[in-house]
Amino acid sequence: MKASIGGYTRAETVSHALSLLAEANGAGRLLAGGQSLIAALNLGTTSGDMLIDIAGIGALRGARIDGNRLIIGALTRHADIASDPLIAEHAPLLAKAAPLVAHDAIRNRGTIGGSLAYADPAAEYPACAIALDATIILEGPNGTRQVAAQDFFLGLFETARADDEILAAIAVPMAADGERHVIREAARRSGDYALAGLAVVRRDGRHRIGAFALGDRPLLCEGAMAALDGGDIDGAVAALATDVDPTSDTQASAAYRRHLAGVLLRRIAIDLGVG
Amino acid sequence: MTDSFQSRIDLEMTINGEAVELTVPAGRHLIDVLRHDLGLTGSHVGCEHGVCGACTILVDDSTVRGCLTLAAQLQGCEVWTIEGLTEKGVIADLQKAFVERNALQCGYCTPGMLASAKALVEAEGVPSRETIREHMSGNYCRCTGYEAIVDAIETVARQRADETGARSRAGETVAKARAGARS
Ligand SMILES: Cc1cc2nc3c(=O)[nH]c(=O)nc-3n(C[C@H](O)[C@H](O)[C@H](O)COP(=O)(O)OP(=O)(O)OC[C@H]3O[C@@H](n4cnc5c(N)ncnc54)[C@H](O)[C@@H]3O)c2cc1C
Ligand code: FES
Ligand code: FES
Repeated sequence: MKASIGGYTRAETVSHALSLLAEANGAGRLLAGGQSLIAALNLGTTSGDMLIDIAGIGALRGARIDGNRLIIGALTRHADIASDPLIAEHAPLLAKAAPLVAHDAIRNRGTIGGSLAYADPAAEYPACAIALDATIILEGPNGTRQVAAQDFFLGLFETARADDEILAAIAVPMAADGERHVIREAARRSGDYALAGLAVVRRDGRHRIGAFALGDRPLLCEGAMAALDGGDIDGAVAALATDVDPTSDTQASAAYRRHLAGVLLRRIAIDLGVG
Repeated sequence: MTDSFQSRIDLEMTINGEAVELTVPAGRHLIDVLRHDLGLTGSHVGCEHGVCGACTILVDDSTVRGCLTLAAQLQGCEVWTIEGLTEKGVIADLQKAFVERNALQCGYCTPGMLASAKALVEAEGVPSRETIREHMSGNYCRCTGYEAIVDAIETVARQRADETGARSRAGETVAKARAGARS
């Protein structure tokens, strides 16, 4: 099917994009890499949008250190996340997640901001953001807002971002010495959206687990985290089964997804040398 | 429509080495501009939502999905399709290996396969078969069963690595000779 859109324009700066959003009067839709949006347009799940192409806003691209946080611009592409040495050193979880996101050609254009804003429950970065205790930085007509990742993802494709706001960056606490980051997922074909996945951070002996494709949003798995802190793998796997809330679809049943989550957690425990 | 938004977009880009000026509907996909407006039907369309890889082409030296790219996004970009790559001869060895290994049957996936494989054989060293499969995972083939495609890519990666090795060994000899001449 062919995309049906209302119009197209390019934004030069963040403030320009915000004024274009205001001008579009509710019909404006930000276009970053287009790797989810254009697919949605082709499938006819959205139409008549006034596209505001933000891909040329240089200030939103790349990673930099700010105090003890790594700030990654919304327009940083998946391929850059996978190869940027700053990200590999200070946010290795994201560097490990990027190669799991889609395929080479899609990683060359898709952006981390687009993935976080789109909030697909099967996407890797939102779960990583939760496991990392990251902060989402939004720019709107009334200035900058910072929202904890855990409060940002509200439901299926639903976030705390208001329609007149741009997701500008994600801020990640820089990994400390000895911190461990692991991500594992099960997918039918390498690069496809996961059937189940877990992103885990071990910081100062405590674990944070973000689950993806296991609910209507990325989930922080507090029961499994507490058990893992105590070195109890069987307890963690049992708790995980109630932490997650998967649904059945044509790809996999809820029971199968729940089973996969347990298998992934056991493998991650081995990676981390727990138990 | 408000003033800032346009329904038709004027574009300048380079396609297969030629400068092109176009005016396209704002929602027109790159793949449709290539196939329908410019008659470059070598790039194929399968799923139109990014899954099959048949529309994979090169923009500014990186692979992209032609079906997930609007032409409007590519002002000033350089686009290469299978027609231009063939004419330029830059993947002649890959094409030869695909034929020799029988790495295509109906050929529908082949232009996308070649665009994806190009990046891999241009990288340094010889990728493992596992790396080749991983890299090519975004390109579906419904005919060959992939084994022959992996063979062809592996063959070319090895040939190119041998040639680079031979060239750099020759380079070293020259460098040593120069160094010797100086001392
Ligand atoms: C075949 C295929 C497989 C895929 N597999 C995976 C996968 O395994 N894992 C995964 O995580 N993703 C996957 N994706 C999606 C891919 O990662 C997208 O790149 C990403 O979800 C969206 O990023 P984008 O820059 O392309 O955003 P776009 O498609 O441009 O935008 C997506 C949405 O976010 C909004 N948006 C974009 N940027 C901003 C911003 N800065 N501020 C506010 N709103 C914004 C847009 O308005 C739009 O609604 C896949 C896609 C395809 C086609
Ligand atoms: S037609 Fe573009 S990926 Fe299938
Ligand atoms: S040769 Fe027919 S789809 Fe690959």
